[in-house]
Order: sequence, then structure tokens, then C-alpha cells
Amino acid sequence: MKRILLAALTCIPMYAQAADAAKTLAAQGNKQGTTACQACHGEDGGGTAAAGFPRLAGLDSGYIQQQLMNFRSGKRSHDVMQPIAKALSKKEVTLIAAYYAALPVPAFAPEGGEAALLSKGEAIATVGDWDHEIPACFQCHGPGGRGMGASFPAITGQSAMYISSQIEAMKSGSRTNDPVGLMKSVADKLSAGQVEAVSAFLANQQSTNGNQQ
Amino acid sequence: MKNTTSILMAIGIAVAMITLSGASVAASETAATVPVKAPEFTPPNEADIPNNEFGKIVRQGKNIFDDTQNYAKQYVGNGMNCVNCHLASGRKANSAPLWGAYVRYPAYRAKNSKVNTYEQRIQGCFKYSMNGTAPAADSPEMIALVTYSYWMSSGAPVGAKLKGAGYPALPKPGITPDAGRGKTVYTESCQVCHGANGEGKKADGKSVFPPLWGSESFNWGAGMHRIDTAAAFIKANMPLAKGGTLNDQEAWDVATFIMSHERPQDPRFKNNVAQTKKEYHDENCKYGEKVNGKVLGDKH
Repeated sequence: MKRILLAALTCIPMYAQAADAAKTLAAQGNKQGTTACQACHGEDGGGTAAAGFPRLAGLDSGYIQQQLMNFRSGKRSHDVMQPIAKALSKKEVTLIAAYYAALPVPAFAPEGGEAALLSKGEAIATVGDWDHEIPACFQCHGPGGRGMGASFPAITGQSAMYISSQIEAMKSGSRTNDPVGLMKSVADKLSAGQVEAVSAFLANQQSTNGNQQ
Repeated sequence: MKNTTSILMAIGIAVAMITLSGASVAASETAATVPVKAPEFTPPNEADIPNNEFGKIVRQGKNIFDDTQNYAKQYVGNGMNCVNCHLASGRKANSAPLWGAYVRYPAYRAKNSKVNTYEQRIQGCFKYSMNGTAPAADSPEMIALVTYSYWMSSGAPVGAKLKGAGYPALPKPGITPDAGRGKTVYTESCQVCHGANGEGKKADGKSVFPPLWGSESFNWGAGMHRIDTAAAFIKANMPLAKGGTLNDQEAWDVATFIMSHERPQDPRFKNNVAQTKKEYHDENCKYGEKVNGKVLGDKH
């Protein structure tokens, strides 16, 4: 009993310390060249839609870790993110991933769009286009596109610019870290019109990770 | 002596009958007999479901088909949905589409040695693939599923073996299929969705990726537990939207691995595993075989 109490007592400050360290990292960066995350990803982790900087708040921690590691290795290439990820220690990667995963998904201003475009996008997200071997987005990204663990990220509550840029990155090969090449095979089959429609639809949907007030 | 001869003859005939019935089951389940010049068919668009009483029942059928767990839960005994084996709401060619099956019933099935109605065929799905209980032929659920299939087959030639019906039969590869090699394929290509223990994945209590073995999967009587059937399905359809990317050997190997795990008992179970195996199972399945020291299908 004493041991358990002791363990509990020592755990709490450790946890708090880790959260503080992550918070500092997010707000100020580190001295090794990592800039403040929130400069681009927003104070609440909601991203900057107009610039295509993604929401991090409420994403799966394993997924965030994986992306940072892949920026380091070059499996996912990005001029801004690669040097930032390389300047993080492995411990910082774990800390910052846990920090953003625990944040609630911020209220998101649906981007709107033409009804015909949105309904075309909805069909791709919920039914797919099997005549062209395109499954529904939500078949892998889960109900409401809220993500399935570390392998299939949340795709709702992200900006249209970010979603379409990632589909293009899969097509072009600048992002190659999708499991089993599943997303690459889908991206290659999506037409330009379909990318536009599905990005618009997803950017018009709220998302949640269950941490909302 | 005369007695022994007649017993031997009887055994010989029985074995031949089992082999024969096994072969014809394989043919009907995997559409091995579809001729090269099979007529083609495209099902109507979902948007064209009419907005009337008929269309309402069609939509009910589609709901049951896509989310069986929710809309027909009293008949389901595992974590499966119809759409898990019949992709794209039962529309996809080479994924046992409803339009391929509907026009072929009533049909004789070696599985139960009688002419089956389409309703009886669906009852088989519930009993085996859904490890549950069969809805009555006149139940609202069955009526909705039949109505959905009827609508989807609008304009299809009755009785025709259509191109894309069933799963395209996959001949056994040159090298004997092996569960050990299959495990490697599984780890690399299947596990990300179906899990390290074949358990599948859920979100909000809803099945997202179906369980492939274990208590929540289809039982030992389902067509999919047959390695030839599973290999055919996998080759044509898996990984999702990447059908045709595994080679024939990989498809057979991974099917062998998946079907070398425990799953719910065969509802036709008789007395013991050995007898059940003899009556209902053939060389295309692992039921009653010893894997890792345990007999599959036996109570552990």
C-alpha cells in the first residue's frame, strides 16, 4: 500500500513536469532550432486554415510521433517541418505528441462551399467511388473521419488546403509514410475534381476527440 | 468376406460423395464455373432508388446490409456486417455482389443437398457468416434484404452467370500454401487494419475493420473459412482498394494463416470434431486439424 502511494505521489509531479515541458516547447520551442509549434499550429493547436497548417490538437499521439519521426527520416518531406523535427530530441517528440493528443479539438469554423461540391465530397467520404476502386474515406479513417489510432489520422476538422496538399503529396511521392501504401493507392485514383470536393466536404465538418468541455 | 467388401464399397462411395460435394461447393462459392464470355452487368446507381414505398424498403435493406450490427442485431452473433464480405454495399464485382447471386436463385446447393431459395441462402449467411440465427423468410429484415437485392439486380438477365459474380476462383499455387509464410504477409499487409490477433478494430463501439478470427468472427461453417474461398476473396479485394496486388502464392499463404486460427463452432456440429470434420469439411480447411498443439474446432 505504501509503495502504491509512493508511486502515485512521485508520478503526479513527473506527469506535471512533462506537461509543463511540452507546453513550453509548444509556446517557445527549444534552443536547438525547434521553433514554437503554436506559431503556425495556433495557440489552441487548431492550426491555421488559411495557410494550410494542420490542426494538431486531439490527433492521436502515436500518429503525431510517427509524423515527426518521418519528417526526420525524410519519409515525409516538408521544407519547414523537416529541420524543426530534426532539432527535437526523441524525448521531446514523445512529450509534444502526448501534449497535443490530450488537447480538446478546438471549435472549428466550417469552411462552407457550394452545395453540389459538398455533396459530391460527402459521397466520396461516406460511400467512396468503387467504380474507380476508391473506398469511402471513413472506411479507414473511422466514423465521422475522426481517425483510427496511430495509422489512420483524423481528417475532419482539418482545412481543405491541408487535406488537398496531403493528397497531392501522396500522389507526387513527397509523402510516403502511409501504411501498406493504402493512401497512395487511393490518392492516385482520385481525380482533381474529387480531391477538391472531398477536401471541401471534410473541411466543412466538425471533429472531436472526446475531450471537449 | 462379403460383408467386408460391401462395407469397403460403402466407405468408397461415401468418400467419393464427400469429395464430389466438396468440389461442387467450391464451384458455387467461388464462381469457378463462370465462362469467359459471361454477360456484363452494372447495377443501378444508389441515387436512383425511387422515392416511394418500394424505395423505402430498398433503403432499409441497404441499411441492414451495411450496418447489420445495428439494423438486424437480434440475428447477429458476432462482430460482422454483410458488407465485410460483399464490399461497396454488395455492389462490387468480384466481391460476391448481390446482383451476381440474386439472378442465380433458386439454386441447388451441395452444402445442404437441396434447392435453396434466395431467402434460404441469406439465412445461411446469418447462421454461419454472422454466427447468429436466421431471420424468418417473412421477417421485415429478410424482406428488406431481398428487396434491396431485387432492386440492385434491376435489368440483369435472370439465371445468367454474370461477369464479376462470386469471387474469381484462384488456382492453388505451385508451392504448398504455408501458414508461416502467410503470417509474414499478414503482418506486412493486413495487421494495420485487422489487428495483431485478427480481432479487427472498432470505434465508438462500431466495427470499422472486421475481425478475421476469434469469437467475434464468422464460424467454422461459413464459406469464408474455406481457404480456397478466402484466397479468392483476398486476391481480388485485399488490401482494401488494392485488390490484385498480392500474388497468388501470397493470397493462399495468408488465407492459410488466417484460417489456421480458432473461430466459433460449426453450427452443424455432430457429437465430436472428427465426425463433424468428416461430414462437412474437406482438404480446403483446417477444421479438426492440430495447429500449435490444439485441435481447431475442439473445446479448449
